[in-house]
Amino acid sequence: MCLAVPGKVLSIDESDPLMRMSKVSFGGIVKDISLAYTPEAKVEDYVIVHVGFALRTIDEEEANSVFEYLEQMGELEEIRDGET
Amino acid sequence: MKYLDEYRDADAARRYADAIAAAVTQPWTMMEICGGQTHAIVKYGVDELLPDGITLVHGPGCPVCVTPIAKIDAAIELARRPNVILTSFGDMLRVPGTETDLLAVKAAGADVRMVYSPVDAVKIARANPDKEVIFFAVGFETTAPANAMAVYQAARLDVPNFSVLVSHVLVPPAIEAILSSPTNRVQAFLAAGHVCTVMGTGEYYPIAEKYHVPIVVTGFEPVDILQGILMAVRQLEAGRAEVENPYNRVVRTEANETALRIMGEVFRVGDREWRGIGTIPQSGYELAPDYEHFDAERRFDLSPAPPAAETECQSGLVLQGVLKPCDCPAFGTRCTPDKPLGAPMVSNEGACAAYYRYRRG
Ligand code: SF4
Repeated sequence: MCLAVPGKVLSIDESDPLMRMSKVSFGGIVKDISLAYTPEAKVEDYVIVHVGFALRTIDEEEANSVFEYLEQMGELEEIRDGET
Repeated sequence: MKYLDEYRDADAARRYADAIAAAVTQPWTMMEICGGQTHAIVKYGVDELLPDGITLVHGPGCPVCVTPIAKIDAAIELARRPNVILTSFGDMLRVPGTETDLLAVKAAGADVRMVYSPVDAVKIARANPDKEVIFFAVGFETTAPANAMAVYQAARLDVPNFSVLVSHVLVPPAIEAILSSPTNRVQAFLAAGHVCTVMGTGEYYPIAEKYHVPIVVTGFEPVDILQGILMAVRQLEAGRAEVENPYNRVVRTEANETALRIMGEVFRVGDREWRGIGTIPQSGYELAPDYEHFDAERRFDLSPAPPAAETECQSGLVLQGVLKPCDCPAFGTRCTPDKPLGAPMVSNEGACAAYYRYRRG
């Protein structure tokens, strides 16, 4: 239940002051999602969503860092391999 | 889907596993807090990729599993009342109370409705002004902003027939309870990434320091989990005990302040009973004084909880990482997802259900 899933903001409806609402696509499935907790979210942004609320916009730059870390590991491995 | 598929890449996973094997010189035990991570670990066989020295134990991060039986009984009692619509996340419906579960009560004619979001329950209340609509508000910090917003909205929109049955739990006090236990064997934690999307990582620094335990904020895909394990192993091997956050595409150091403001408005921290574990001080949210009139337990006269019945279920030990689900004598025989004896066999995040679903036979 704590799982939050990434989706893409398609459109934003500001008419309700309490609940900034949006249409968010999860791989093609579109749901009404509140952006009340992500005032910074814009159309086209990726957000991480849990029980109807976007909790964060996803940092595109950071999104690849897990792979950069892997790359660094690869380099370290090569160095280590070279030593033995 | 973007930001998803690449985190399940088998080649990347294998490379992480090799890096972990290369880093390990002695046995280590670490705990993933979140039941979503437990499921990913068992489903994708992450634990089978790890060298023998690394033991993963599964933590209490399954909100449905730790909701006390008395709260389930209260929900059942309320659902049976003629004028009530009881709303809840789907996971709650099959969790056994003392005698029955919400799904059975629904089948017998009670108006029990599954909602995707707590604000849907407020909508149901507005559409049914002659009924009492109760939302069973369970969850960790990830769910608290949504549940708080439902109550906040009901207050702003003046929805008198809406109330909540609250059983909210918090992760850091649970980590401290596990670390303080004399039977503790956990040497590092993979903290639940989505809890930190709301709370940030600030709460973990004092814990890492006080107990000298590495805490790595970890995501939910196999590659995320392996990365978390690798970073924890490297800390353990180096004798470090730091908070690290490789899940920074989603989690930042700072909390989500907008969410914290509404949560702080609607909730206050209080002692909370965890099913199978007992009461952990200051480990849950309750409604703040200004919102207490939305508390279903205050609004409705509920019968006192019966004394705890004897049960074979060892969920408390499973949730604290002391017992593996498959070592429970009832596992897979007297306890299955069709006929669960305990909540961890029901929930999508329960460790027993994960073992049963992906490891059968
Ligand atoms: S297998 Fe069933 S009885 Fe055993 S701990 Fe898990 S839920 Fe409880």
